Amino acid sequence: MADLLPEHPDFLWRNPDPKPSYDAVIVGGGGHGLATAYYLAKNHGMTNIAILERGWLAGGNMARNTTIIRSNYLWDESAAIYEHSLKLWETLPDELEYDFLFSQRGVMNLAHTLQDVRESVRRVGANKLNGVDAEWLDVDQVKELCPILNTSDKIRYPVLGATYQPRAGIAKHDHVAWAFARKADELGVDLIQNCEVTGFVKDGNRVVGVQTNRGTIATEKVALCAAGHSSVLAKMAGFDLPIQSHPLQALVSELHEIVHPTVVMSNHVHVYVSQAHKGELVMGAGIDSYNGYGQRGAFHVIEEQMAAAVELFPIFARAHLLRTWGGIVDVTLDASPIVGLSPVENLYVNCGWGTGGFKGTPGAGWTMAHTIATNEPHRLNAPFSLERFVTGALIDEHGAAAVAH
Amino acid sequence: MILISCPNCGPRDETEFHYGGQAHVAYPDDPSALTDEEWGRYLFYRENPKGLFAERWVHSGGCRKWFNAVRDTATYRIAAVYRIGETRSVPSLASGETRPTRPAASDQSLPGGAK
Repeated sequence: MADLLPEHPDFLWRNPDPKPSYDAVIVGGGGHGLATAYYLAKNHGMTNIAILERGWLAGGNMARNTTIIRSNYLWDESAAIYEHSLKLWETLPDELEYDFLFSQRGVMNLAHTLQDVRESVRRVGANKLNGVDAEWLDVDQVKELCPILNTSDKIRYPVLGATYQPRAGIAKHDHVAWAFARKADELGVDLIQNCEVTGFVKDGNRVVGVQTNRGTIATEKVALCAAGHSSVLAKMAGFDLPIQSHPLQALVSELHEIVHPTVVMSNHVHVYVSQAHKGELVMGAGIDSYNGYGQRGAFHVIEEQMAAAVELFPIFARAHLLRTWGGIVDVTLDASPIVGLSPVENLYVNCGWGTGGFKGTPGAGWTMAHTIATNEPHRLNAPFSLERFVTGALIDEHGAAAVAH
Repeated sequence: MILISCPNCGPRDETEFHYGGQAHVAYPDDPSALTDEEWGRYLFYRENPKGLFAERWVHSGGCRKWFNAVRDTATYRIAAVYRIGETRSVPSLASGETRPTRPAASDQSLPGGAK
């Protein structure tokens, strides 16, 4: 039997032991940590760096999202960073020499009420002014683009139209992580798995090292890219973050022939659906209401999302569930991320991406790398500073970002 | 699904309740006296521990009363449930200290943090 199996493929990265010291240490080996390390090495020439990952690479939210990529956010600051991210997505398969199945099949955000329609049309206008491709589709155009969608006016919340971003789409999340990991490793970055950060070494208010279950590592700079666990790490380092961690669930069906040509999101009845290349229907919805670190949520949340999915897509009624899972999303009060400096010197935070972290992976990495290397915010992440919760210059994407968080 | 013991109605499914975030966050006595940092902290910062967390729930599908619970955010197990205004010692909260909970102004004004 064993001789029938194919050869084990080459490993994509080394598995080094941690060195006693690095120029920079990134805590968290998910998409954002990997992208940050890659751009630190490539754009800023910092190659004596390590990623410390508590579990295995890309086993947290990077393995638990619904892979949607778009940049049709309402506010200028958000459109700028997410559009930068989308432009990077468009070049990354070539740059990383890895076909991670980035598919620009478009994303539709449905409108079900008059208010939805007004907000959607406004967002399309805002997107166009920001150079983000966006269109308003009437019901017939929606039906033409996605024939399996129920556009009858006999349902509880009939579809009145949709915004559409043609350049948006999906990518294969684990391949994205592996692509970044392989290139980062080639550039000299140490990817260290099963290495949990248990504390920070500080000299006054400056971080000078991290304590881990594999010993203390001296470093000049530390970057937190830990999503749902950011509050726990910040607390260890001696400061608080204005985020709350919630479970966010998603699920996939069994494999079906390809019936769904695009990505459909509905804020109002709250479900978002695409079909993966292999044929699974991939669906997600809203967060569970309570704070939670359990990587699981309640059944009624899935029940509501399935009710919405089946009303919008009647042909899904007989599809069988393959598996469900939960991630831990770090949500800020204005539903926008925090990327930049922290109250501790030489310690940088990248968190608060909430339910939108996957699409932001390259943009977060690009700007975070700049901030780590120069000790200053990048033009694109400057508005996403921690100070905005003092100055009041919030970037309120709650309800504005085409999906509720 | 969490089974929550409402202090008035007894154990009921999570679906009958709505969540109100961290408990015992008092409205500042004199908001105009606060610095921007202090006001920002009151508005936007809440504890987010992995472990025991004192939080508010409202039994929307039952008695419609707000109450407090101490729940473990990693296991989702509920360690204690007590009424608004009730003084109760809660063992080892996130801060690691045992402290008596006290009725706070926000407890009376109700759903400050509830969405």
